[in-house]
Amino acid sequence: MSDDPILSARGLTLSFGAIPALLNVDIELYLGEIVAIVGESGSGKTTLLNVLSGHLAPRSGIVTYRDPDGAPHDVHAMPSPMLRGLQRSDWGFVHQDPRRNLRMNVSAGGNVGERLMAQGARHYGDIRAQALDWLEQVEIDADRIDDLPRTFSGGMLQRLQIARTLVTHPRLVFMDEPTGGLDVSVQARLLDLIRSLVARLGVAVVLVTHDIAVARLLGHRIAVMQRGRVVETGLTDQVLDDPRHPYTQLLVSSVLQA
Amino acid sequence: MNTLLRTEDLTKSFTLHLRGGLRLPVLGGVDLVVDAGTCVVLSGPSGAGKSTLLRSLYGNYRADTGKILVRHQGSIVDIASADPRTILAVRRHTMAYVSQFLRVVPRVPALDIVAEALIGRGPSVEDARGLAGSMLLSLNIPRRLHGIPPATFSGGEQQRVNLARGFITNHPILLLDEPTASLDADNREVVVRMIQEAKARGTAIVAICHDIDVRDQIADRLFPVAPIREAA
Repeated sequence: MSDDPILSARGLTLSFGAIPALLNVDIELYLGEIVAIVGESGSGKTTLLNVLSGHLAPRSGIVTYRDPDGAPHDVHAMPSPMLRGLQRSDWGFVHQDPRRNLRMNVSAGGNVGERLMAQGARHYGDIRAQALDWLEQVEIDADRIDDLPRTFSGGMLQRLQIARTLVTHPRLVFMDEPTGGLDVSVQARLLDLIRSLVARLGVAVVLVTHDIAVARLLGHRIAVMQRGRVVETGLTDQVLDDPRHPYTQLLVSSVLQA
Repeated sequence: MNTLLRTEDLTKSFTLHLRGGLRLPVLGGVDLVVDAGTCVVLSGPSGAGKSTLLRSLYGNYRADTGKILVRHQGSIVDIASADPRTILAVRRHTMAYVSQFLRVVPRVPALDIVAEALIGRGPSVEDARGLAGSMLLSLNIPRRLHGIPPATFSGGEQQRVNLARGFITNHPILLLDEPTASLDADNREVVVRMIQEAKARGTAIVAICHDIDVRDQIADRLFPVAPIREAA
């Protein structure tokens, strides 16, 4: 683990009209760790993810990204070609709805290969080989490589999105409810997949989820949000087993026991 | 003596905000010293705070005040004030905790649950799986179960998977919460032997153990944990 965070945010504040979406949020992320952001709908989790990933500018506060050479960059002050370059290669975004990230009229292999080509890869054989390798890593049968995503189930689409995201070996991945809307059995498989890929590739992940169980299984650290504030943060098992803030106590005690 | 784990004036209480801010003091002024190669068994009635103390040592519960000093890779870390990444590093290399209940990712086979504890500590994936298989066999988990996720296992089998994961890494400090609670006599004996072997290797152990036979065989010392009586 490196000693400098790959991503750090200080004093993020943003409101939509009169509604505060983020209030003075600080967060840090290191390579090799997953930070889970939990909270109910409207607590500001997705807004935070969008601000951290440069999709939405805060009213005040700063997001700093440290590149592979250790140089810091202000995410909201960098030239937009540079930000788009990062979003295409060094960063990845996994949406709850994989259709937002996938091109439905391009084959599965094409979806994975496209991101490599956007990075400059030109050799067709190499691109196809890497696409195949990634389909295998996310447990999609090789003989589906030329099929269109629209013939895939929800769980397969999500795995295809993950393959498309990770093929460029990003160092930083943003995930917004990656297991939301999936059957429980599919969800378990996906959780295991995300966990092992992240551990093996050593990437840093910001994971937004409303599901405490997902946060517990995947998150090294957790940040609990309520009405735009991070009300509690720390080691995941600490925060969930020994919650201190009234809202975290409510959240933890409201989880159904299976 | 070679002290691996020590607490200084450790206190812990819980504040229940959903119960009108009710404050439950559990630990007050705990001074525990655990040396290499010894096993300290926490004693006291149910509800006295033994599990709370064990979880606090692991950093699973957050101490209110006091220190939890752990010898970690040549230096001393205070778990009570360390940042999350340091606590994770201590858990990865120095201090293992075997809880009473197995909590794992669904669908992961027993063998991988145990092998995973070794990944990143040196052995290759293949070696780790080999070692995990031997460890499970020594705890009488037959090979035909190794490829199955333990969700469907009996309580005793799950506990043995948990123990396998806790013991396989040879962490210098081991925290055991009722390691033999759901085990039959044969398996109790296996676990007692594993604890004795770990002590012989220099492992410092803190255990909660209500079984008096087992306790007598593993404990070098009892450490009484008494419920706090709050002055009204």
